[in-house]
Amino acid sequence: MTRLFISRDSTALSLGAEHVVTAFQTQAAALGQEIEIVRNGSRGLFWLEPLVEVETAEGRVAYGPVNPSDVSDLLAAGLLEGKQHPLFLGNIEELAYFKDQNRLTFARVGLTDPVDIDDYLAHDGYRGLHNALKLQAADIVKQVTDSGLRGRGGAAFPTGIKWNTVLNAPAEQKYIVCNADEGDSGTFSDRMIMEGDPFVLIEGMTIAGLAVGATQGYIYLRIEYPHAKIALNQAIEAAYARGYLGENIQNSGKTFHLEVRSGAGAYICGEETSLLESLEGKRGLVRFKPPLPAIVGLFGKPTIVNNVISLASVPIILDKGGEYYRDYGMGRSRGTLPIQIAGNIKHPGLFEAAFGITLREILYTYGGGSASGRPIRAVQVGGPLGAYVHEGQFDTPLDYEAFAAMQAVLGHGGIVVHDDTSNMADMARYAMEFCVEESCGKCTPCRIGSTRGVEVIDKIVNNIEKDKNTVLLRDLCNTMTFGSLCAMGGMTPFPVLSALNHFPEDFGLSKDKA
Amino acid sequence: MQDYQKQRATVLQILEDHQSMPGNLLPILHGIQDTLGYIHPSAIADIASALQLSKAEVHGVVTFYHYFRQTPPGQHTIRICRAESCQSMNSKGLEAHAKQTLGIDFHETTADGRFSLEPVYCLGNCACSPAMTIDDEVHGRVSSEKFDQLIASKGAE
Repeated sequence: MTRLFISRDSTALSLGAEHVVTAFQTQAAALGQEIEIVRNGSRGLFWLEPLVEVETAEGRVAYGPVNPSDVSDLLAAGLLEGKQHPLFLGNIEELAYFKDQNRLTFARVGLTDPVDIDDYLAHDGYRGLHNALKLQAADIVKQVTDSGLRGRGGAAFPTGIKWNTVLNAPAEQKYIVCNADEGDSGTFSDRMIMEGDPFVLIEGMTIAGLAVGATQGYIYLRIEYPHAKIALNQAIEAAYARGYLGENIQNSGKTFHLEVRSGAGAYICGEETSLLESLEGKRGLVRFKPPLPAIVGLFGKPTIVNNVISLASVPIILDKGGEYYRDYGMGRSRGTLPIQIAGNIKHPGLFEAAFGITLREILYTYGGGSASGRPIRAVQVGGPLGAYVHEGQFDTPLDYEAFAAMQAVLGHGGIVVHDDTSNMADMARYAMEFCVEESCGKCTPCRIGSTRGVEVIDKIVNNIEKDKNTVLLRDLCNTMTFGSLCAMGGMTPFPVLSALNHFPEDFGLSKDKA
Repeated sequence: MQDYQKQRATVLQILEDHQSMPGNLLPILHGIQDTLGYIHPSAIADIASALQLSKAEVHGVVTFYHYFRQTPPGQHTIRICRAESCQSMNSKGLEAHAKQTLGIDFHETTADGRFSLEPVYCLGNCACSPAMTIDDEVHGRVSSEKFDQLIASKGAE
């Protein structure tokens, strides 16, 4: 019996992984060779998917990208013994793209069977929870505070401080809510964790429950992620069956219940208060703050709302200690960031690295330049509300403060690459259009400002009172930035103004007129 | 109204199944759409009365979320990503090709009822843009040719 690994990750499936599985099953059977195919997460080197790994006496070796039509040739060449073939890649972990990463949160993704709890336990799973069960609640929070972990959803708020607020809020019922509404274009790390190692998220949420005294958790998952939902529900079922969820977790007397809830295609529900409204069964309208969700959250109770990656980083912190995690990174950005390299790039993928790596290293050393072979003109970092960054800024280290200093955001760590055929005035217009489409409508600067923004950009591009309308666009952006209730309207000016400032020629403006 | 009478028992059953669930409105709407393909406008009164909400509140929720629909979908729903990453890999070309090939715009269904076309803002498949889904299947690096093949494979079913 030879074990093969072919990913169940959405992106691998989108490239035909399922057909590769079928081809191996039928052709190996025809040859009388016994194989077992493990459906793992993706290693995150997406230009090599569908990737096939084979367990040999010398360790795991990989082949990729494999098409169903390659399978007979691969079997004939001796794939099951790990022999040479043009698609042979050797040990995937030895490729620089993988080897140079700091895989803390993603340690198991691609390595294990995502829904096999024994595999999870065999690879250091639930060690964090076992440690947490021996600690007082305040000491769990202290570990998270000491780690320097900041919200990986984009806002970068210190996780430990948020937890401490919930811990100290007296209430009979508290909640842990995982924000899995990963709507930013260019981001897919949440999805990869949920599909590739769902137990680490479940463990992180369980630890959060112990830390603040919450007995119920919800994962608010976007509807666009059907495969993540399947993996999460399979893992939750296994965790209940083995006493890692439910009443009396591992005979500790502690309780934690967990449930997945589906969103319904509203980007705004990634905003934490809008998400809570949605979980309560309402329109996803943003709430006024204060009160903070940590004090008055889901159903009016103290609630931790954390991003998937924030929660999935908790188990290793509780396993190895806050200091271990804190020792990675730079400045006030501690630990690692799962960077997502997307768009027009030769080697797209997931690259988990300590903060401090530069954009240039990501784009060229690892990303290999644009997919089209044309010059990279701009990259948008941090999703649709992130600024467009130009060539002259590529040496900036990935660090929350360094990005803020250049009027940009690191956000959730997604990087979308554009070559020189992208028109940045079009992208600026699209940013406003997206805000029109997705605004919840509660506050005026966002609801109406975005519509006016589309109109004003159209006027500039069509040479209608160009100078006057450029001044008007800047004024409008100022109103949206300072007058909007949340980041949707408040940050839409980031892509708009960065496009205008760095690429005025696309708006038909000279540098001094922009 | 006639067709809702046929659906009503299913809707009432879904309402009953979710009776004690906190924050049950979205799960109920998903349940209805998963089972019946859409949320019939006449279902709103039943949902409102079961949840002790006003019809306006339920209607407000149904129409707030892009995913919920109030008309029957085609046999297959195609969702094409319009977000930035896909744009950087010419999703606008794919969008135009899809609309032309199917002869419909976004939010429409082909005359033969086979395909509905919807925009979507990110499928999390940004490493292999441009991306689209047909029902629950995700497809990456979708060229015009690949689109045609996918449509043909569904047409043959």
